[in-house]
Amino acid sequence: MKWVNLIMLDIILGAISLGLLWAVMTVGVFITYRVLNIADLTVEGSIAMGAAIAAKGITVGLNPFISTFIALLGGMVAGLCTGLLHTRLKIPALLSGILTMIALWSVNLRIMGKANISLLRMVTVYSPFEKLGLDKTNSIILLGVLCTAGIISSLYWFFGTEIGSAIRATGNNPHMVRAQGINTDTTIILGLVLSNGLVATSGALIAQSQGYADVQMGTGAIVIGLASVIIGEVLFGKKNFYTRLISLVLGAVTYRVIIALVLKMGMPANDLKLFTAVTVAVALSLPVFKQYLAPIKKSVKGVE
Amino acid sequence: MLNITGVSKTFNPGTVNENTVLRDVSVHLKEGDFVTLIGGNGAGKSTLLNVVAGVFNIDTGSVVIDNSDVTSLPEHKRAAVLGRVFQDPMMGTAANMGIEENLALAYRRGKPRTLKWGVTHKEKGMYRDLLERLELGLEDRLNVKVGLLSGGQRQALTLLMATLKKPKVLLLDEHTAALDPKTAVKVLEISEQLISDNNLTTLMVTHNMRDAIKHGNRLIMMHEGRIVLDINGEEKKRLTVEDLLKRFGRASGAEFSDDRALLS
Ligand SMILES: Nc1ncnc2c1ncn2[C@@H]1O[C@H](COP(=O)(O)OP(=O)(O)OP(=O)(O)O)[C@@H](O)[C@H]1O
Ligand SMILES: [Mg+2]
Repeated sequence: MKWVNLIMLDIILGAISLGLLWAVMTVGVFITYRVLNIADLTVEGSIAMGAAIAAKGITVGLNPFISTFIALLGGMVAGLCTGLLHTRLKIPALLSGILTMIALWSVNLRIMGKANISLLRMVTVYSPFEKLGLDKTNSIILLGVLCTAGIISSLYWFFGTEIGSAIRATGNNPHMVRAQGINTDTTIILGLVLSNGLVATSGALIAQSQGYADVQMGTGAIVIGLASVIIGEVLFGKKNFYTRLISLVLGAVTYRVIIALVLKMGMPANDLKLFTAVTVAVALSLPVFKQYLAPIKKSVKGVE
Repeated sequence: MLNITGVSKTFNPGTVNENTVLRDVSVHLKEGDFVTLIGGNGAGKSTLLNVVAGVFNIDTGSVVIDNSDVTSLPEHKRAAVLGRVFQDPMMGTAANMGIEENLALAYRRGKPRTLKWGVTHKEKGMYRDLLERLELGLEDRLNVKVGLLSGGQRQALTLLMATLKKPKVLLLDEHTAALDPKTAVKVLEISEQLISDNNLTTLMVTHNMRDAIKHGNRLIMMHEGRIVLDINGEEKKRLTVEDLLKRFGRASGAEFSDDRALLS
C-alpha cells in the first residue's frame, strides 16, 4: 500500500511543479483576459517563442538565466506586435492575436532552426538548485514558488501605480479612460507587452523543466490559461486584486493536479485537450446556467 | 474660452449612409458662460460636444479652447482641459474600480501617469470632504466598487470627477436623462453647485426645455445640424416654453419634434 501512496505523491508533486510554471503563463493570460478584457491568442505563439529562445540560447552556450531573460524580451516584442496591429492598425484584438500567433510559428522555427531542440544534460535554471542537493522536481517547485511570488508582488505593486490603474481602467471603460486624458492605445499595448513577456518566460521555464522545446507546445495554451484563471476564481475567490493573483497560481496548480489525476484514472492522453476545452466551456457558461437556475431556486424556496 | 468656428461634419461620406450632421456651426463661449443646448432627436447636439472633445475628426472648421487650437489634437490630449459627463451613467466611471480609484484617475487628468502610487493618503481625505458635500453618503464608501452605485450616484461621482481638476470647459450631454425625475433634480442641483463654485465654462445638452430655460445664462437651439436660436441675458430670463416653441418654429420653419422634450 505504501508504494502506491508514494507514486501518487510523486505524480502530485510533478503536477504541482508543472502547475507553478504554467502559473506564470496564467498570470499573463489574466492580464489580457480579465484586466484588459481582450482574448489574446498571441499567447499560443509567445509561449513557444519563450521555449525556443531559451533552448536556442542554452544550446549555443548562453547562461540559462540570461537565455530566460531574452525569452522574456522576445515575448514582450510579440505582445508589442499584437498591440500595434490592434491599436495603430485598428485590427480587432482577436484577429491581431491570431496574426501574431501564426507569424510566430515561422519565427520560432527560424529561431530553433528545426521543429524541436533537446535540452537533455544541459545546464538549466534548475541546475543551481539541483547542485544544492534537491531533486529535479523539488528544484522546479522551489524556483516556481520563487518566480510566482516575485511576479505576484511586482504585479500587485505595478497595478497599484498610476500606470497600472490606468491599464485596469482601460479594460473596464476605455471611454472614461480617454476622458481622463489617458491614451488607451498605450495602456493596451503595455498590457499586451507585459502579458506576453510573462507567457514567454513561462515557456522558457517549461522547456527547461521538460528538457526540450517544441514549436508545437503553444497549441491550446490559451485554453489551458483560461481554464486555470477560471478554476482559480471559482475555487479560491476574487475578493481583491491580491487574492485574485494568488488564486491564479492556485488555479494553475489545481488544473495540473486535476489533469494528472484524470490521466492516472485512465483517461487517454489524447483526450486531454477535449477534456480541457469542455471544462472551460462549462466554466465560461456558468453565468448562463446560474440564470436558468435562479428561478428554479426561487420556486424551490417559495415552496419551503 | 471656447470657440467653435465653421464646423461641418458628415458621417460615412460617399456611401448610402452619408449623413451630414453639422453644417457650418459656429459657437463662441466666454469664460464663465453656462450655455444650455437643446434640439430635436438627431439635431447634432451630441456630435457637437464630441467635436469639442475630439472624439472624431471634423471636415471643416476649428475648435479653439482658451486661445489654443485643439482641432488636430486627439481625444486624450484634449481631455487635459475638458470635463465630460455622458448620458449613460455607465460611461463616465470604471465599474470594477473603487470610488477613490475613479477619483484618483480623474485627479491626474492632464498629467503624465508614472509609477507613483495610484491613490495617496492625502488624496483620500480630500475625496472624503468632496464626497461629503454631495450628501449622498458616499464619503464612507471610498473603497466600494462604482458598479454597485445607483445611476444617480454614479452621475454625481462623474460630475465630481469632471470638475476635480478644474476644466476649461465642462461638457454635459443629457447627463440626467437616464435618471428618475427626483434623482435628476438632485444631480442638476449638484451640477449647478459645482459649476458656480468653480465658475466653470459649461455647455450642457438637455432635452428638458424647462431645465434649459432655468439653468445657465444662455440658451442655444439646434436643428438639422444648424444653430437656429441663440438667446441670452435678460431675454433668456423672461423665456417660457411656449415662447421657445414659437421661436423655434419661426427660425427653423419646422415644428419642434422631440418626443421627450414636450412631456417635461
Ligand atoms: N459615430 C457616428 N457615426 C455615424 N453616424 C453618427 C455617429 N454619431 C452620430 N451619428 C448620427 O448623427 C446624427 C446626429 O446625432 P447626435 O447624436 O449628434 O444627435 P443629438 O442631437 O445628440 O440627438 P439626441 O437628442 O437623440 O441625443 C444622427 O443621425 C446619428 O445617427
Ligand atoms: Mg445626443
